[in-house]
Amino acid sequence: MDKKAYEKVGLTSGEYGRIVDILGRQPNNLELNLYGVMWSEHCSYKNSKPVLRMFPTSGQRVLQGPGENAGIVDIGDGLAVVMKIESHNHPSAVEPYQGAATGAGGIIRDIFTMGARPVALLNSLRFGELDNDRTKYLFENVVAGIGGYGNCIGIPTVGGEVYFNDCYKGNPLVNAMCVGIIRHKDIKKGTASGAGNAVMIVGAPTGRDGMGGASFASTELNQESQENRSAVQVGDPFMEKLLLEACLELFDTGCVIGVQDLGAAGLTSASSETASRGGSGMDIDVDLVPRRETGMIPVEVMISESQERMLVIVEKGREEEVTGVFEKWGLHSSVIGRVTDDGILTVRDKGQVVGRLPAKSLADEAPVYHREYKEPSYLEQIRVLDADRLEIPADLNGVLMKLLASPSIASKEWVYRQYDHMVMTNTAVAPGSDAAVIRIRGTNKAIALTTDCNSRYCYLNPGVGGAIAIAEAARNLVCSGARPLAVTDGLNFGNPEKPGVFWQFRQAVSGMSEACRVLDTPVISGNVSFYNETDTHAVFPTPVVGMVGLVENTANITTQAFKDEGDIIVLLGKNGEEAGGSEYLKVVHGLEKGSVPNLNLDEEKRLQDCCLELIDSGMVKSAHDCSEGGMAVALAESCISGGLGAEVEFETCGRKDFLLFGETQSRILVTVEKGKLEQLKNIVGRFDVPVLELGRVKGEKLEITVAGQKEIGLDVRDIETNWRGAIKCIME
Amino acid sequence: MKFGVVIFPGSNCVTDCYYALRDVLGQDTEYIWHGTKDLNYFDCIVLPGGFSYGDYLRCGAIARFSPVMDSVLEFAHSGKPVIGICNGFQVLTEAGLLPGALLRNKNMKFICDNVFLKTENTNTPFTNLCSGEQVLKIPVAHGDGNYYVDDETLKSMKENNQIVFRYCDAQGHVTDKANPNGSLGNIAGVCNREGNVLGMMPHPERCMEKILGNEDGIVILKSMVNYLKGGVING
Repeated sequence: MDKKAYEKVGLTSGEYGRIVDILGRQPNNLELNLYGVMWSEHCSYKNSKPVLRMFPTSGQRVLQGPGENAGIVDIGDGLAVVMKIESHNHPSAVEPYQGAATGAGGIIRDIFTMGARPVALLNSLRFGELDNDRTKYLFENVVAGIGGYGNCIGIPTVGGEVYFNDCYKGNPLVNAMCVGIIRHKDIKKGTASGAGNAVMIVGAPTGRDGMGGASFASTELNQESQENRSAVQVGDPFMEKLLLEACLELFDTGCVIGVQDLGAAGLTSASSETASRGGSGMDIDVDLVPRRETGMIPVEVMISESQERMLVIVEKGREEEVTGVFEKWGLHSSVIGRVTDDGILTVRDKGQVVGRLPAKSLADEAPVYHREYKEPSYLEQIRVLDADRLEIPADLNGVLMKLLASPSIASKEWVYRQYDHMVMTNTAVAPGSDAAVIRIRGTNKAIALTTDCNSRYCYLNPGVGGAIAIAEAARNLVCSGARPLAVTDGLNFGNPEKPGVFWQFRQAVSGMSEACRVLDTPVISGNVSFYNETDTHAVFPTPVVGMVGLVENTANITTQAFKDEGDIIVLLGKNGEEAGGSEYLKVVHGLEKGSVPNLNLDEEKRLQDCCLELIDSGMVKSAHDCSEGGMAVALAESCISGGLGAEVEFETCGRKDFLLFGETQSRILVTVEKGKLEQLKNIVGRFDVPVLELGRVKGEKLEITVAGQKEIGLDVRDIETNWRGAIKCIME
Repeated sequence: MKFGVVIFPGSNCVTDCYYALRDVLGQDTEYIWHGTKDLNYFDCIVLPGGFSYGDYLRCGAIARFSPVMDSVLEFAHSGKPVIGICNGFQVLTEAGLLPGALLRNKNMKFICDNVFLKTENTNTPFTNLCSGEQVLKIPVAHGDGNYYVDDETLKSMKENNQIVFRYCDAQGHVTDKANPNGSLGNIAGVCNREGNVLGMMPHPERCMEKILGNEDGIVILKSMVNYLKGGVING
């Protein structure tokens, strides 16, 4: 065999040797391609596996941890939440609309594959700065693509985050998260078992789109990538809506043994993974797979990533029930083979065997690499911040307005207005507060959802940055009245073969793991996306945290909006003046450096428990996490949401700018009725959490006095216009 | 008294409408599959929102050829109430039950937001519990809600009181700024000449409960119940 054949499918000579050892012979071209896609980083996690073992993945409420199509966590009443996040970065860099749309489509399938009805979508998006047409084009079309898919299929897009930084220019990050609700008894697994059971492919016919997408996702982006559009799939949300309804109807019949979405690596991964999980083999004939194009050769059918397809393992003799349900919905369903007990994936074409390989070797036996890691040299220079050389701006009103208009902080209304966030009529808290809240019909419960990551912190200190991402996500849920339950992680990094990048990866996972342990939020699913690099640079390490929390009583749903004139504004947590890595330093001083804010996980845990206790007691009228832009921005946001002003006072002997705009962690702003302040202090005292009365909700202006001097005095209406219009103004 | 909610392939507000009628208002409600022909035992038909047939070709253009639509036409012509919400409105215009057409939003983007509606005709099965010129806060979620109709038809629609809702601001002023999608004359909902068929882009079924932060939709669905119970229509 031509030596280059294995390189063409993305394998190394060592990996090729391993394949020859497994088979005891040389693979034919089809077999080699199957190994190529299955042993890509995207499918095999060969570079990340050893590191991911650091994550805590079990807990009292965990019903399904990593390793399935999605994770599942118990919420009581026989119900559970199914969740997963996934990246679609490279496709979105090349073809933003379809890349983002199919990202949403893929993650939705992962959820209903488990038997759950998807109830919410979230996303985490990063782009370069909005100062050039290419970035605006990517931003505009990614948003349109997510909306186009979610709106049509009728699953609300209820939350997410959007950040802008030059490190993402050329390699945007598009992570999509989906959450579903399921009864415990309805949980389905991606398992093929029982020799003789039918292997059926259902949904859309197969075409040549998305050929080798998994391998495409496992290399860096360059000029050539732009030509690689055939590796990007094309989405059809209408088809997926039919597939979703048909699948859920089918599962009710009880004839389904196992089911798996055809995602990355298409039929190859679905067949080998289900067989491997069930300790089985599978004998399939590609000629029986419905096509939408003529002339496709077997290898194309096996690795096509055509969307909106599922592999269903059906009890022998009940195939017609499947056909009945799918015909009703106007969809294809075809028996393409049978489960076997020999552990072998046999691929046929018109009956003739064209490939025979151990299913397990494809799905689970990719080599595992313990990559070299080393602290990158850039860190030394950027850690040090010489604050004395930074002038304190004279006009802090101007600084606040500038921060509120910075696209990373400004209202994302321009984005979420394009997403149907209300369909399904469960959205109790829409986009724009700390977390979205979805009520669970038929119960008195709700779930709170968020995605979070400050990648600048991770760039400056991936360990602490990773921990902060977890802590902040949990804090957002707590501010909404929810107890954090579990995490799905979207780990976006550069090329893991570079020791500096791998060091960032290890550090981030380690920091996240520690935070997950302390905050009792196990990681139950996730995705790793490496090779987020262009010719010139890698993205900031961006471990996106998707988190779900449980609101036991919908009466406890809390938002960031100030509610009533005269309410007292209280800070829970220690105030600080840490400016390192802040949005303030970047926007006002043009610096992305310094020490990231300190995070003490025990303090964080106490703060969160305390806030939940206060909310449970019914006295908290609003709660808001202090994050990007610091105290001043947090106050402004609560004013805007509530349409009310505030009068606030701080003492300090330090820098006023750092006090107002620094991003010290573990701080929550709450409001209470005046008469309940003492009661609040009593409860807070039990948790050993610092508490500080800052001022009150009042009038139509935000007025902040620092060390006796009035530094901020702005009309809430002006603040709002500036904050709400910033992104729209850039884009239109 | 029975409500029917039609399911076209790709309708995605089916459950929302069903839930609003059955669970929130306690009405007898059933789903109607798009292949159904017999609508005899229904008293009111709801064409829900969504993307029927993917909205490929043109919104509502394929759904109008569904077998059920022949029966819906008959049902409407017999004078029984039919309401089309969002995609359902688009289907009704495509089917010729309502005048005009719904074009792409003026800004070419999908819009999901709360808007305000001024009720201009309370003499319908769908608005009889509204006070005159009542302002309702109801969400929209559509990419093609830009209502258009030719001058002559518009004139006769005005004469016949067929414009039921217009987009307005919170105070009830019908202004350009309050128009989310470029609709002619801020038109958000229209009825047929007889008044028994209503199409509206906003979604009343999405604002029926306190936990969702808005209950303004109740008055519309309750008006339907009131009408079917033989309630008096405002004069």
